[in-house]
Amino acid sequence: MGLSRKDILDIDSLSVDEIQTILDTADGLKEINSRPIKKVPTLRGKTVILFFHEPSTRTRTSFDIAAKRLSADSISISASTSSMVKGETLIDTAKNLEAMSPDIIVLRHASSGAPYLLAKTLSASIINAGDGMHAHPTQALLDMMTVREEKGRLEGLRIAIIGDIAHSRVARSNVAGFTKMGAEVCLAGPPTMIPYGVDTLGAHVTYDMDEAIEGADVVMTLRIQRERQKSFLFPTEREYAKRYGLTPDRLKHIPPDALIMHPGPINRGVEIAPEIADGPYSVILDQVANGVALRMSLLYLLGGGVRNADDH
Amino acid sequence: MRMIIKGGRVVDPEKLDGIMDVYIENDTIAAIIEKKNDSPPFKEDDADRVINAEGCIVAPGLIDMHVHLREPGEEYKESIETGIQAAGAGGFTSICCMPNTKPVNDSKEVTTYILKRAMSLRSVRVFPVAAVSLGLEGEALSEYGELKEAGAVAVTDDGHPVVNSQLMRRAIEYSKSIGIPVISHTEELTLSNGVMNEGPVATRLGLSGIPNAAESIMVMRDIAMAELTGGPVHIAHVSTSESVREIRAAKQRGVPVTAETAPHFFTLTDQSVAEYDTHAKMYPPLRAAKDRRSVCEALADGTIDAIATDHAPHSALEKEVPFDEAANGIIGLETSLPLGLRLVDEGLLTLPQLIEKMSLNPARILGLSAGVRIGGKADLTVIDPSRQYVYHAAEGFSKSRNTPFDGWEMKGRASFTIVDGRIVHEI
Repeated sequence: MGLSRKDILDIDSLSVDEIQTILDTADGLKEINSRPIKKVPTLRGKTVILFFHEPSTRTRTSFDIAAKRLSADSISISASTSSMVKGETLIDTAKNLEAMSPDIIVLRHASSGAPYLLAKTLSASIINAGDGMHAHPTQALLDMMTVREEKGRLEGLRIAIIGDIAHSRVARSNVAGFTKMGAEVCLAGPPTMIPYGVDTLGAHVTYDMDEAIEGADVVMTLRIQRERQKSFLFPTEREYAKRYGLTPDRLKHIPPDALIMHPGPINRGVEIAPEIADGPYSVILDQVANGVALRMSLLYLLGGGVRNADDH
Repeated sequence: MRMIIKGGRVVDPEKLDGIMDVYIENDTIAAIIEKKNDSPPFKEDDADRVINAEGCIVAPGLIDMHVHLREPGEEYKESIETGIQAAGAGGFTSICCMPNTKPVNDSKEVTTYILKRAMSLRSVRVFPVAAVSLGLEGEALSEYGELKEAGAVAVTDDGHPVVNSQLMRRAIEYSKSIGIPVISHTEELTLSNGVMNEGPVATRLGLSGIPNAAESIMVMRDIAMAELTGGPVHIAHVSTSESVREIRAAKQRGVPVTAETAPHFFTLTDQSVAEYDTHAKMYPPLRAAKDRRSVCEALADGTIDAIATDHAPHSALEKEVPFDEAANGIIGLETSLPLGLRLVDEGLLTLPQLIEKMSLNPARILGLSAGVRIGGKADLTVIDPSRQYVYHAAEGFSKSRNTPFDGWEMKGRASFTIVDGRIVHEI
């Protein structure tokens, strides 16, 4: 078992079988996280560099814990601690890191496509931990893992994703992932947040939130970034919350067993009402918990760990 | 120095088209002889060089009216010398260099420096284009009178739009008395803050898009300026169907507007960006298939007058970086002719039309001379239209290799480039 690929750069290039392997492996590894001693020797002697060129708490911590639970040595580098602040280029920094023989480099970068540049240049495995507005494959995989866990399947489900689709790498990767696995995705947001030609990605698009969530099995709301107000994407948070916020009023459109998801960090009271985020439908914290298992799965599959070693 | 170009198809659009021998004495075309019974000015035995041009086209020297030579200031990307070599290899006998050098060419001194440097190389002719505004800052006019006397053939703030419409108006008005045309880089900056064409490809790649309107709004404004002032405006690097539509309509009403496009706009679409190829990043960006079709139609019906490369050398420093950080622009001097000849092969243009767009029309717009005429300057390009080869940027003459055409199979190239009766390039 394993993946016959060097990198995880996006969802588009993963096959259905590969996604299933990744999710199945994550399901299996998840149990380690509830043991009293949460560590297996699987990736002992492997080095994982967490190269985060953009601020991140959740994703970096999740990768870091995942690596440590598999006994890999993980080293964290952020933009402010790297020589990139001294004017070094991304490729030069990466080549220097590679000279220290890491096995896997996890990259978060503000520029769409940056992981491709690294993957082309370096022989270490690259995992994309979010690049610009392009892709966040590990988030989409952990979202699929969470939905599969709750619903028992992905095929035939109706997924509604609400918010700033144009600037969201989470939305792009989830559209690619869920549609690949046979689910139907409906995107909703104000026209200013719907990018041109988004229908070519295979999702339905509407400006009407109620239409999008009607009968949905999963409703995922996306974080609204305040600074987008300056580029005229929406007038005020107040008006956004009224038209596209997930409020108790709107829950009546949704079947009672629907899942409420959010990739975080959440703006309570803007894209999602606090009582819904904390409510019984919400699987927001399950997403975070599954994130660790999912990332363990990817590190394991790319790092060539020996599965049986975890019992010794 | 006496030279004979024998047996080629001599094409000077609307004047000559046939198998003829061209006799060159020193820097001048001495005779163009169609039949054996015409008496040649000198015998073949007396010629210093006889070029067998059978199967080739003998064309007026090609002119590229939009080139960035980078000197002075950014010689690590290109120099006047390497740019000239690349131009000669591409079949160009004349090139016009843009003013966004360091320092900016907004003065007699920089213009004179470029001309001296180019003339000392005794090769391809260089015609400097000076800045519309001092320092390309869009605040004050440069001294067009003195620039014209020093040898500048046009003015442009290329690389930047002239944002201030009043400045654009005055630039066109003022240039009328001097006879120096204004070339416009059309870009509405508040709309163009993306990194590639807006559309499905940008959406898939998560790259911010530049809508067609970012170009066409300024095309419309500059047409309005030409109408207001009665002075000529030349629109650089046209890339969209909306721009084409506006220019076509303006020409029909008799507005003195001319336009150029670049080989990449009639050859490629934004699909070439896929996988974040920074060699497919330029401004304006590669557009959709429908825009490419419009540009081809506009070349065919005369809406677009000229093909110009917008040769924009950048080093790996500017290109081996994430896509949104990469510099805009690609090199083009050595690929323009074979890409143009593809249009002829595809039946979109006739050969004389291609030669008009790559030589006579740029000359007409800028007030230069071009043609195959007895007594005229011996600036000629001998083109072998059937020669097939693979273009390798690393083997080219430009210092830079930023091209999306690396490794392309090409058909047709300049076998001789002749300036002032001297061969500056041959293969």
